[in-house]
Parts: sequence; C-alpha cells; structure tokens
Amino acid sequence: MPQEIEAFRTELRAWLAAHMPREDGPARTGADRDPARHRDLQRTLFDGGFAGLTYPADYGGQGRTAAFQDAFNEEALGYELPTLFNVSLGILGPTILDFGTEEQKRRHLPAILRGDELWVQLLSEPAGGSDLAGCVTRATRDGDQWVLNGSKIWSTGAHYSDYALCLARSNWSVPKHAGLTMCIVKLDQAGIDIEPITQANGEAEFCQEFITDLAIDAADVLGEVNAGWQVASRLLYHERNLAGAASSFTYGFVAEGTPVAPTPLELVELARAGGTARDAGVRALVAEAYALDLIQVPLVERISTGIAAGVLQPTSGSLLRLFEITKVLQCSNASVEIAGPTVAVWPESSSGSVGGQYLMRQGAALAGGSIEMQRNIISERVLGLPREPAPDIGVPFDSVPHNAPAARA
Amino acid sequence: MRFDASDEQQQLQVITRRFLESTVPLPTVRLLAEKAPAGFDRDWWRQAAGLGWVSLLVPEALGGSDAAGSGLADVAIVAEERGRLVSPGPLLPSCVAAWTLAEAQPNASARSVLDATVSGETICAWVLGERHSWLDAPPAVRAVTRGSGLELSGLARAVESGADADHLLVAVQMVDRVAHVLVPADSAGVYRERVGSLDLVRRHADLRFDGVVVADDAVVIAPDRGRSVLHQQTAIATVIQCAEMTGAAGRVLELTLEYAGARHSFGRPLASYQVLKHRFADMKLWLEASLAAVEGAVKAVARGDAGAAEAVSAAKLYVGRRSTDLVQDCIQIHGGMGVTWEHDLHLYLRRVTTGRQLMGSPADHALHLASLLGL
Repeated sequence: MPQEIEAFRTELRAWLAAHMPREDGPARTGADRDPARHRDLQRTLFDGGFAGLTYPADYGGQGRTAAFQDAFNEEALGYELPTLFNVSLGILGPTILDFGTEEQKRRHLPAILRGDELWVQLLSEPAGGSDLAGCVTRATRDGDQWVLNGSKIWSTGAHYSDYALCLARSNWSVPKHAGLTMCIVKLDQAGIDIEPITQANGEAEFCQEFITDLAIDAADVLGEVNAGWQVASRLLYHERNLAGAASSFTYGFVAEGTPVAPTPLELVELARAGGTARDAGVRALVAEAYALDLIQVPLVERISTGIAAGVLQPTSGSLLRLFEITKVLQCSNASVEIAGPTVAVWPESSSGSVGGQYLMRQGAALAGGSIEMQRNIISERVLGLPREPAPDIGVPFDSVPHNAPAARA
Repeated sequence: MRFDASDEQQQLQVITRRFLESTVPLPTVRLLAEKAPAGFDRDWWRQAAGLGWVSLLVPEALGGSDAAGSGLADVAIVAEERGRLVSPGPLLPSCVAAWTLAEAQPNASARSVLDATVSGETICAWVLGERHSWLDAPPAVRAVTRGSGLELSGLARAVESGADADHLLVAVQMVDRVAHVLVPADSAGVYRERVGSLDLVRRHADLRFDGVVVADDAVVIAPDRGRSVLHQQTAIATVIQCAEMTGAAGRVLELTLEYAGARHSFGRPLASYQVLKHRFADMKLWLEASLAAVEGAVKAVARGDAGAAEAVSAAKLYVGRRSTDLVQDCIQIHGGMGVTWEHDLHLYLRRVTTGRQLMGSPADHALHLASLLGL
C-alpha cells in the first residue's frame, strides 16, 4: 500500500507540473473566484484521472482510499485547484452516494466529477434559524410531481450552481422530523429566483432563494418520501467532516466560502510586515494559533479513527468542527492584535484585508451549524447529557407554533 | 491512548490501571503524602517497575522491552493511567535516565545502574535543574576538567526525587557544550535539600554540587552529542508530563460528568442546564485535543521528525493550559465542595499544575515555538 501511494505520488507530481497552473498570489480569494475557471480545472483533473479519487469507479471516480486523497492534497500544494467544487464533492456528492438510486448516482456523480455540475444545499430558511427540522418550505404532491413553495437562505454560491438538495415539508400532520422530504432541484429554471446577499464586508457569497410553484419529478426525491431528515442528518455529517478538515472527498482543507481569518502562517507574515515580530506578546499570539494548527492534524486523525472503529459516535465530527471554529476565532483575534491601526485605516495601495476579514469573523461560528449547535450536539450526542426540553417533540407539526414562511420583500 | 491502540497496548493499559487501583487508590496516595518523605514506598516502586514501566524506552538488547520502537507510546499509556489516579513514584526521571543510559552504550558500571533502574532497585534522578526560560538556558551544573576527571559545581533546582535517588544523571555545561555524567548520590560535595512541592506525592529537591570530583568514566554521554541527547531527554520528559496531565484531566471530567448527572438543583440535574452542557462540550474538546496533541508529539519524537520540537512545544502549550482550565472549571461545577481538602479534586489540580509549570511553562513553550517558526 505505501508503495502504491509512492508510485501514485510520482505519477501525480509529473502530471500536475504538466497540466495544472501554479497558484500565483494569495491562494484563496473568495467571492471573486471564477466558477468557469474552476469548472475547467475540475475537467482537467477528471481527464487526467485525478478527480473523485475516493469515489467509486462506477460513478466516474477512481475507487481509491482516503490515503490517496491525502497524498494528492499534499502533492498539489501550490497548484491552483477547483476548490469551488469542495461543497459538491465533499457534501452533496457523498449524500447522493449514500441515498441515491442507481439512476440518480449515474446521472449526477460523473457530472460533478467532470466539472459539469456544481451543487449546493438548500436547508436553512429565513423562518428557521438553527431549527433545521422546523423547515416550512412546502412540498405538495401533484400526480407524478411535487410542487415546492417557500424560501431558502445562506446557500453558498447558489447563483452560479447547477443543482441543489432542497429540504421541504411533505407532511404537516406528523411530528417535525417525520414529515420532511429531500428533493433534487435544478436551479436554473422558472419557479426559483436566486438573489445574492451582500455581506457586511461588501462581498456576496451567500444567496437567498424564492421558490414559487416549482414542480419536480417524483423521481427526483432523494431517499424516501417523508424520510428527508435521515438524508439531511447524513448531509450534515458530511458537512461537519468538511468543515472540520476531515473530509476524504475534497481538495485540502479549504471549506465553504472565503476564509474569515488569516492562517497561523499568514500571521507570521503579518507580524514581519508590521515590524512586530520581536514583540513577546505578538510572538505568543502567533505561537498559540500555530499550536492549534499543529494539533488539528492528530486531532482529525484521532477522531476519524475513533468514528471509523465505532468507538465514537459519527456526531463526534462536531468536535472537529468546534476545534476549527475555535482556531479561526483565535487567528482572527490574533490578526487584529498584530495588525494594529492598519485594521482600521490603510494605504490606498493595500486592500485592508485584516479589517475586512474581521467584519466577517462570526461567519466562522455560524456557517455549517452555529457553534452553539455544535456544543449542543457534543454535550447531548457525544457525552449523552440530557436533551434540551423541546415542546415540539412528538407533536404534529401543524399544531406546533412556528414562524410563517418569509414573504418576499 | 489512541483509539486504534494495539492489543498489547490495550493490555498494558488494563494491567497498569488494575495495579494502580489495587495498590495506590486515592486514600493510599493521601496516606503516602502524610507518611512517606519520598512520596512513595520503595518496595511498591520495585513492584511497579516489575510491570516493565522503566524498560519501555530501553532496547531489548540492553534488557529492555522497546522492540518495535513503540516505547514512547507505551510510556505515554502508563503516564496517562498514573495521571488518572495521581499516582506516586519516579516514573519520569527513571524513564529519562534509563533511556539516556541505554543511549550511552553503557560501560559495566553504567550498565549495572541501568539494570537496577529498570528493575526498580535503584532510583536514578535526572538532574537538569528548573530554570527560567527553560528551553534556552544551559544546564544548571557546570563541569571543568580536573586531572583525568571532572569537577562539578552549581545548584540544580527542583529535581524530581532528587533527595531520594541513589544515582544522579547530571546534564553538565562544559564551556559551550553539554555532557551527561553519572554520579553516585552520596558523592562528597553533593548537598540535597527537599523543597516544597505542590503535588502531594511527586517530590522535588534542590541539589547543590560543590566541587564534586568524578572520574572520566563517569561521563556517559560525551560533549559531541550531549546537546542532542538533552533535546531528546526534554522531548521524552515533556511527552510523559503531558500524557500524565491528560490522564488527570480525563478522570476529573469523568467524575464531574457523573456528579452533574446525579446532582439536582431547582428540580433538574445540573447536567441538564445548557450553560453547563456547553462548558462540558468545550471541556470534552480540550481533552480530546490534548490527547491528540500527545499522540502527535509521541509520533513525531519516536520517528525523529524534523518538526518534533514543534510538536512537543505545541503539546506542552495546549495541554498545559487546557488541563488546568479543565480542572478549575470542574471544581467550579462541584461548588464549594470542590475547594475543600476532603474532596479529591485538589489532588488532580496539584498534579496538572505541577505538570503545567515544570519543564517550561506554556508561556515558555509559546515563545520557543515562535522561535522555531522563525519569528
């Protein structure tokens, strides 16, 4: 096995040098990332036989173990990678693998790997917040079709994506978890309007969707009708893995959206640039952030091993997510301490990125399930402490007080 | 311990836990604190060493048990179990001394000290001396050439089991280099004085070397590689220290989860309050990340990775801070009983605070890590 991986590395090194562009300048630029370029890069990887390393060969992948994706990620450092596909490859694709019919898998998985389909999840709602299972987007059966009405929010890059998994309520007279259905939705069609949301830093990575009488085929339900919560739970498991730097499906540790804080190594550069590298306080801040970076690697290994061995619950991925959030918050705080006045005022020639990132700091603790939800999951599902009292458990959803679906402004 | 530990390692853990639970349960630890000046009983230590604890870093060819190079991971398992029960005994100095003597390709007299240390007959202290800015400072004891031998002078502070050792493995500064010298503890010119120790049974002493003359065959590690051996000793000792802290923190978290589940307030278990559940979630993360930090350091040190020093300092920085944070938080959750002599929590706080502060505080290791980063 190690020999196979070494051979793979050798072949990959030569191929990368010949086919993939080197990254020039800052590695990740977020909202200005060009989807067309990422589709091309993904296609190049696919044609070279390096896309979907851990996906089954039947669906366009390479059928390799996670060790090969790790090797790929190490070798590909410094190359430009189609990281916009990480959500499709790391969250939606694996969920389709887990629940899709043969037809659904054959139709969509090779298309993702080829760079033809970018996917996004439509889970959160303006009316919902963290209570995902309290979803009020309506799915009404009409012959061979389902008709969807409602609104979704916080979807990353929906405006340039092709397909989505959309959670909707198909049965209102049963308790909330039992009446949900997960639907495959094509995004570019009448009946669904997508509007980018301008963030506090002026960028627009997230969207809100307004869904009006959108008809989908019954064959586009993923998993069983009214069993959408199981599908959503598994989707969230994959999302926690991605956001906790433990996914074996994606390119490196670049998760959704633009980073909201410098990495520890970028903090080193920040200290050098600001002339504060000899200051003991600055040195301690950088070291503390860097220590978290170093510990994250064995932590991901430890928790992933525990889950794989069945010693830990799959929900233990929340520990990795919480660690990542903690690390990002610490890096963010360190960056403003180190950057001093340039956080607030900066020369015309510079982008003022530390201050801009700081405006979005809490995004790290909100996206992909808030830090509070992660702590609930760890305390209740990992440590087994008593659940929060919830008056909506076991009660038909139509008799539970809930917010009205958001109307369009 | 890793979730994918081998069968042998799982067995080592079970045997170590059973032995400690049956021979030194917490009431015994309290009794030792009161009655035993050394903090442990020599016969008991022979029994403990008989389980192979001190042999784990010694190659089989020298009578040890480190066959597969997994020795440091195995010592970490023993140390974690000792932390769980705040156990007594000079595990850390014995393991560092045994590793060093084995590394030295020992002559006959050093070999007999090695054998006796492994079997627990002899206590060999590791004399480096606690200093401020621990990682950069030279050893506290200096050596100069005197005839065909050496003369040692200096004050080494806070040497674990220093007052009770039969032999002293002393790191000495020789001009700008470091050597390691094996000295009988009763040599003329060695003055030992017990010092106050926060831990109830891990005891320390200040050792003064006042012109102590030793023959040249007392040098077990020559100056040509004395500094690299010192770095490795430090790494091994720090890993053992950190593993012990994770064991102590893990046990305190278990005890506190049990307590908060059983204790009722305003008609509900304490553990049902979200404000406490979220703190428990953080503490669980601190514990898992501490265990992972130790695993990362064990792996890097055992393989001799270029980044081993970074991994060790990251571990000490994180485990040092988080294990004391965790125990203090658990004391808070226990309420007033948490700060009484009667409750065992202070035994754990003593152990993790000792581990945190000795051999480089988290702040020391942070600055060291910054240097390693090139800052």
